[in-house]
Amino acid sequence: MHMADALLSPAVGTAMWGAAAATIAYSSMKVKKELDDRRIPLMGVLGAFIFAAQMINFTIPATGSSGHLGGGLLLTILLGPHAAFLTIASVLVVQSLFFADGGVLALGCNMFNLGFFPAFIAYPLIYRKIAGAQATQRRMTGGAIVAAVAGLQLGAFGVVLETVASGISSLPFATFVGLMQPIHLAIGIVEGLVTATVVAFVYKARPEIVAGAMASQPVGTAPLRRILFSFLAAALLTGGVVSWFASENPDGLEWAIARVTGAEEVAAGESPLHHGLADLQEKVAFLPDYSFRQGVATDHGATVSAGETGQDKASRLGTSVAGGVGALLSLAIAFCLGFVLKRRHQVA
Amino acid sequence: MRAIDGAVADLKRLDLLATGDSVMHRLDARAKVLTTLVFIISVVSFGRYEFTALFPFFIYPVVAASLANLPGGYLIKKIAMVIPFAFVVGMLNPLFDRQPMAQLGPLAVSGGWISCASIIVRAVLTVGAAFILVGMTGFLSVCQALERLGTPKPFTVQLLFLYRYIFVLTEEGARASRARELRSCGRKGLGLSSFGSLIGHLLIRTWLRAERIHMAMLARGFTGEFHSGQLTRFGARELFFVLGWSALFVILRLENAASFMGRLLAGLLT
Amino acid sequence: MSHHIVEVKHLHHVYPDGTVALRDVSFTIHHGESVAVIGANGAGKSTLLLHLNGYLSPTSGEIRIGDFPLTRKTLPEIRRTVGMIFQDADDQLFMPTVFDDVAFGPFNLGLSGEEVKLRVKDVLEQVGATHLLGKPPYHLSGGEKKRVAIATVLAMSPDILVMDEPTSGLDPYARRQLLGLLRDFHHTRIFTSHDLDMVLELCERTIILHQGRVKADGPTRRIFGDDALLAECRLEKPFSMQGCPVCGSRK
Repeated sequence: MHMADALLSPAVGTAMWGAAAATIAYSSMKVKKELDDRRIPLMGVLGAFIFAAQMINFTIPATGSSGHLGGGLLLTILLGPHAAFLTIASVLVVQSLFFADGGVLALGCNMFNLGFFPAFIAYPLIYRKIAGAQATQRRMTGGAIVAAVAGLQLGAFGVVLETVASGISSLPFATFVGLMQPIHLAIGIVEGLVTATVVAFVYKARPEIVAGAMASQPVGTAPLRRILFSFLAAALLTGGVVSWFASENPDGLEWAIARVTGAEEVAAGESPLHHGLADLQEKVAFLPDYSFRQGVATDHGATVSAGETGQDKASRLGTSVAGGVGALLSLAIAFCLGFVLKRRHQVA
Repeated sequence: MRAIDGAVADLKRLDLLATGDSVMHRLDARAKVLTTLVFIISVVSFGRYEFTALFPFFIYPVVAASLANLPGGYLIKKIAMVIPFAFVVGMLNPLFDRQPMAQLGPLAVSGGWISCASIIVRAVLTVGAAFILVGMTGFLSVCQALERLGTPKPFTVQLLFLYRYIFVLTEEGARASRARELRSCGRKGLGLSSFGSLIGHLLIRTWLRAERIHMAMLARGFTGEFHSGQLTRFGARELFFVLGWSALFVILRLENAASFMGRLLAGLLT
Repeated sequence: MSHHIVEVKHLHHVYPDGTVALRDVSFTIHHGESVAVIGANGAGKSTLLLHLNGYLSPTSGEIRIGDFPLTRKTLPEIRRTVGMIFQDADDQLFMPTVFDDVAFGPFNLGLSGEEVKLRVKDVLEQVGATHLLGKPPYHLSGGEKKRVAIATVLAMSPDILVMDEPTSGLDPYARRQLLGLLRDFHHTRIFTSHDLDMVLELCERTIILHQGRVKADGPTRRIFGDDALLAECRLEKPFSMQGCPVCGSRK
């Protein structure tokens, strides 16, 4: 469920970054306020534990295929929402940097989908309500399954929304939802079962760990409302600015540059930069308007309407061929440069 | 358990690269983090059907990796591993988007295929940039940079602790899992209940370890504050690095350099 | 009154689950002494050590370090005075690099950046680990980790060194190196170990714990000479005091 950068638009990516950053700031403040410095190594080591646990696969009952623990709900049960969110977020950072499991720009989305939902929604609103203060084994199992399913459903829906809003994938919304939700229903049930099994084991062997974790976390919706609010504010702020860029002008970045450089009219392709480059090209190229010679030939020998389509087709072909050649060329230049730099490095 | 051992070995390898000494390694980590972010945002800011314009962006990862003297083969292998995933993700595009967009000789290429190819190139670029950032900076310095760029301290401390104990705990997890595998007499798979107790044991041991670490911290006078050791400076070199690359990314974003060069070449040939 | 002294009087400790770990343990350790606390698994050695720097508090009884009783108020000073070296160095090396780890304590003592650097250099030299300065702990070997762990403790300039199983998990060469290092310290030293040859080499005095009680306390050689006592406490003679398995002669 980790999202990659390749499917993300900058607007969605940065908006979610802003939201995740606000949640991190809020959770950090909370954790610091709790003043229990035993938490510091505990959070770190439990994060590493989740990392290790995710690498051990188990057999999913009745299917024969294998799955692994997600761990978001388990961490929240053991650490409480704030510390758990920070821990999940830190695991995601390491996964994205070292294993390309989720992108760097997509970190905000992933922290939200995989961290926010289990820690701030599924745990306090579902798990705590079902498990209660004096949890029995059965209530804990039931709570864990329902909470895990709910958390993963929300997370999966988050993935769908973020992907569709980014518009890089052509998958229609309905198809995507129809694909993601049922899969994550199954995954959620398994995740809940596994979480319950692990919690039950620890509860039997070291009851004070689970009990202590439960006791130290106040139940209540007040902090939730606050965090939801700050989260929304941050998302709206960052997302708003970026998408305003995007809506004012199809190319927000271009628009921003134009504002900075002071150009007045900036339709795509008419930046001063473009003019400069176009001039250069005109000086070098033989037939500047067309990328390929046959484009001109078609143009000359045809009627107006036919000529238009012909020219259109030819220039399209020209553009794509020129683009393709240029792409290879730029790749070659990049690697030659790299090679030279490396050689120089080794000689030096 | 080859999976765990492999992942740890991989982590260690990437981590060791960061101990190198080069122009790139010596730069302040903040400059590299910021440049990487600008790079990724520039790359993903292209429209869905942009394909060729992405290629000039290869100049950054290639130049950075060369200057940092990172092993090219290893990086390419590591980056290549994400291509199948990107392809699976992008594969759906040709199914839903059949509008012809370009002509390649006699072949009409649909928009779906172009956007699929675009997704793959994006994936390679963004993932490559992230690996190269870690390879030439190191996780510790990335964390320090994040902290100096305003990330709250509890989170950066969490990142450092997590990273430190990944090595210890994955080894512990691998041991436990190997022990189970050896006793399972060739039966494949790990049932839910034995998984529960295996992971549960690991969790309890982890908890006890956290208590011992806390003890070790207290024994050395821990009062809730972390002090940082040596810090690098964000100087003119760093400023130049960030601004220079960012300017290039913006130019490459605004101007399809690949198509420009292609036309240039075509012009020269005719 | 001598300053560097450990005094344990009628120490009892009962864990929350009801396990009685220590029963009426009393002993006094003088300045500069090197003392081993040995005993079978579960005899209460680790529990005892954890009392010495105040991580566990006695169910009843008293502990005095130097001139101070161990109380909440004296705890910070006592933790500086008593340097603890853990059995698993990974628990002790929690910072990202060797430098940061050794500097952790001195920074907490409130030293300035320059002073800290000097001290780090100094203690790493003492343990012969200067070359490891910038390395992350997970790239160190077991022996290197142990030496750095000792350096982190020395950096606090403790008066008393307490070590839990210092030689466990080390290869013979690393063990030999460590013994050489430990012999040169002038601190008051308290060890727990199952490595009885190390005890014989480093400690003139040995305390045997058995089922939470002090079973014997005296010169090491005398204690290792008492076969009946050792057997009762599930211990045996160090190998160097046993007959040679090949020729049967004693060393």
